[in-house]
Amino acid sequence: MMSRFMRCIALATVGAFVTTAAAARDLTVVSWGGAVQKAQSTAFLEPFAAESKAPLRQASWEGGIGILRAKVQSGNADWDVVEVESDELAIGCEENLYEKLDWSKIGGKDVYFPEAVHPCGVGALLYSFVLAYDPAKVKDAPKSWADFYDLNKFPGKRALRSGPKLTLETALMADGVAPADVYKVLSTDEGVNRAFKKLDTIKSSIIWWQTGQKPVELLASGEVAMTGVFNGRITAAKNAGKVFNMVWNQSMFTWDSWVILKGSPNIDAAYKLLAYMEDASRQAKQMTMLANGTSNKASIGKVDAKVAADLPSAPENAAHAMEVSAQFWLDNFDKLSDRFTKWVAQ
Amino acid sequence: MTEVHILSRQLYSSNRHRRLASFALVLPLLVFLIFSYGFPIGTMLWQSVSDKEVGAALPQTVVALASWDGKTLPDEMAFRALAADIKKARADETLAPAARRLNYDVSGFREVLFRTARRLPPADTASAKDYLTKLDPAWSDLAYWGAIRNAAGPASLYYLLSAIDLRSDPAGSIVAKPNDSAIFIDIFFRTFEMSLIVTLICVVLGFPVAYLLASLPARLAYPLLVLVLVPFWTSLLVRTAAWVVLLQNRGIVNHALIDLHILNEPTALIYNRLGVYVAMTHILLPYFILPLYSVMKGISPNYMRAAASLGARPIRAFVKVYLPQCASGITAGCLLVFTVAIGFYITPALVGGAADQMISYYIAFYTNTAANWGLACALSVWLLGATFILYVVYAKLAGGVAGPKT
Amino acid sequence: MTFGHEHRPLSQRMTRLALWVITILVLTYLIAPLLAIIPLSFSSSAFLNYPIPSFSLHWYEDFFSSPEWRLAIWNSLVVGSITALLATSLGTLAALGLNRADFPFKRVITGFFISPLVVPVIILAVGTYFFFAPLRLTGTYTGIILAHTTMAIPFVVITVGATLTGLDENLVRAAFSLGAHPVRVFFKVILPLVLPGVISGAVIAFATSLDEVVMILFLAGPEQNTIPRQMFNGIKYYLSPTITAVATVLVVVSIAILGLVGLLRRRMEKLRASAAEH
Repeated sequence: MMSRFMRCIALATVGAFVTTAAAARDLTVVSWGGAVQKAQSTAFLEPFAAESKAPLRQASWEGGIGILRAKVQSGNADWDVVEVESDELAIGCEENLYEKLDWSKIGGKDVYFPEAVHPCGVGALLYSFVLAYDPAKVKDAPKSWADFYDLNKFPGKRALRSGPKLTLETALMADGVAPADVYKVLSTDEGVNRAFKKLDTIKSSIIWWQTGQKPVELLASGEVAMTGVFNGRITAAKNAGKVFNMVWNQSMFTWDSWVILKGSPNIDAAYKLLAYMEDASRQAKQMTMLANGTSNKASIGKVDAKVAADLPSAPENAAHAMEVSAQFWLDNFDKLSDRFTKWVAQ
Repeated sequence: MTEVHILSRQLYSSNRHRRLASFALVLPLLVFLIFSYGFPIGTMLWQSVSDKEVGAALPQTVVALASWDGKTLPDEMAFRALAADIKKARADETLAPAARRLNYDVSGFREVLFRTARRLPPADTASAKDYLTKLDPAWSDLAYWGAIRNAAGPASLYYLLSAIDLRSDPAGSIVAKPNDSAIFIDIFFRTFEMSLIVTLICVVLGFPVAYLLASLPARLAYPLLVLVLVPFWTSLLVRTAAWVVLLQNRGIVNHALIDLHILNEPTALIYNRLGVYVAMTHILLPYFILPLYSVMKGISPNYMRAAASLGARPIRAFVKVYLPQCASGITAGCLLVFTVAIGFYITPALVGGAADQMISYYIAFYTNTAANWGLACALSVWLLGATFILYVVYAKLAGGVAGPKT
Repeated sequence: MTFGHEHRPLSQRMTRLALWVITILVLTYLIAPLLAIIPLSFSSSAFLNYPIPSFSLHWYEDFFSSPEWRLAIWNSLVVGSITALLATSLGTLAALGLNRADFPFKRVITGFFISPLVVPVIILAVGTYFFFAPLRLTGTYTGIILAHTTMAIPFVVITVGATLTGLDENLVRAAFSLGAHPVRVFFKVILPLVLPGVISGAVIAFATSLDEVVMILFLAGPEQNTIPRQMFNGIKYYLSPTITAVATVLVVVSIAILGLVGLLRRRMEKLRASAAEH
């Protein structure tokens, strides 16, 4: 990163200043903000802080492996426990950014769903990217991404997540690709062209969002009639009295995981928190607020049927869903992100 | 003779002493800024050319490819070196960074490397070349080998070229990137275009204001100047927040337009180019008005009176007499606004849409989200270069080193 | 000819009128957004719109009492003050040195001191981030203060430098010739003369830090959240009326700063005038 010489000078010059770094600091937990973090905070973080009598600091982020890489490689990770997406889990584990989990400290692998177990992370949330709409604004109920891309049948603005991930998939499905074949098609140049061509048809009607809570606001303010959105945010909005509908057909599910950043000075507290969050009833409490699946197998039996029906794992919801491929995005994100950037500006 | 000599020596030494004392006063800041400013810029410059991941992970391969012509497949030795390197790199955990770097150049390289790492040729294989080319067609593709060779490091122009949509081909010559991934020239162009438009709006709006204020007596001009100074001193975020409140779909402006029956339904005033121009001009306009005002203040009205008394029409007098005198002020103001504008980040990020982001946004994106630090630094280098050139021209025109907010 | 003469005053008056109209429109454009959000901060409604249903101080209460905002206020004040102190001490000394005598590379060094002003802040932020991270200075107050000081230095050097160009060298020489110790000369003679400039520099340095968000986005950890960072998040994620309350407070602060700097400038001119008389 820099020459040893420069580092020496720098260290010598700053010597007097460096007193605060690496000193004891509170356990810092980082999640996705908005309704998701609020639910996690209520179900886990606040009671944990109260019970352990140790202050706990929360922060939010928008993802991005660069942030984690910078924090860990600088040896100055000021975050401890972070909720990451599946491709961030894979790439970060590969690059040795996370602690390899000691499963004996968090109840053993067997209490978790197999998909929630990874050498570097334990499942935090199972959630889906779904089509959601405001029934007051949309006359006919949309049934698939094909309807989302149909401006004649469903005029008005719609919102999608800024970036190629979760966008190109919707375009291909709207163009008639079966969910199971999406990544196969997207691996070819023709497939990518096909996706962008489909996106072209609604480009002028798309509002791009970056943070998970934004599409809910866009829907609530009537700026868009339909949006691609993470299901938990919609359930939270429904719990708050909004009337929105979700389309589970062709939804895309994925796991977020909790990881402990390598070199965390609070590793013991971090493990204690992970163990605390493993508890089935606490997970059930979070599920009631968010309707996102959780990692403990027993948790699903502890929520009532109404909530269970809104979970991505509910049989009728999962029937026509596909899993977001972490591997595909690991290999293709850079290229498709460049292409997307170029396309969006044209 | 000796007395004069001693005197001059004393003078000299007192001057020397004085210089030393002055320098001693400057020294603390110099040291401070070298640390907190010089080194960061230096780190940024170094990162834009540093390219050492592949050399660290695949050292033997890089050596084996040093004399490769880039036109035919490398020889058996290179294949063997590659297999040995991958095996070791995987154990050392240096493979992932190298894979990431190679994937920037040739998309899909990451997968090829890890797939190969899982099924390396046995030690007694007769031909590593046959084995690997059969295992993965990528190893028969010159592009992959070229990517390794061009990433040999420890330093390269890869990122700097990448940031202006160029790359090196397997034979080592510099070529344009394929159209799909050529994005940065467009973004730089957009940055300059947006800055230019904002600058022009500032001229059109700012000139009449500066002209009128300069012609008013102080008693009238000062209170009006305060109306320029207050926004100038107000936090950028406050002003950006104000525009969001005003312009959003359910914001004040849309509301008013609907109440006045000018609109039937809210129209998009923000999260598009229009919103960015409105908010950026609002922030930059004082940078244009204030210096121009002081230049105009220094122009004696006598010239105009003289021109008028000689029978020149007002327009003619204005164009021939007044304008040339404030031309340098206008040019300096334009350069100042333009220079500040090309570095804008926060305002477009908060009031612009996906297609309205300027180069700073992508520097932040490649630093934090995409984690391509070399590219982030290379983009910074080009932006810094553009800023530096503009600043030199500005300093020449303004005849000093005064900058914004002075 | 006579025709033109008769009409010239009228056309001039028309031009004048047009100038006034444009100026008023432009000044409205500059000031109206700031004025528009102030009443909203006193609204009882969570919607950022008119008409305001009833008066409420709720959003100010949120600003001054919620833990996140309190932390942000505290951080902004601490970082701003130390930045001002550091930038002013280093900048004033350097400005004195630059003003006293010629030494090699003086122009280059002056340019170097001013240049952080010109470099786009994103570049400073990225460079500082990559340089500070291995030194473990990211996510620390020290790191942020160093970065903000760098950004504030040019303002101090320029402001104090401007005061010094009017400084009467004879006074200093007289003090030295009377055998006064340099430190004494500095505090008794130089400082009082340049004090208005120094205070202006400090105020501007504080304001620079108070307004800065890009460095914070790159360097600060959750414990170093400042007011601008908190506002940035607010605008980006959810624009609550608390933001308008914060904005109102900051507008008042900037008017106060503007007034203070104006006052100091006037004082400076007076001092200079009286020094010139002696």
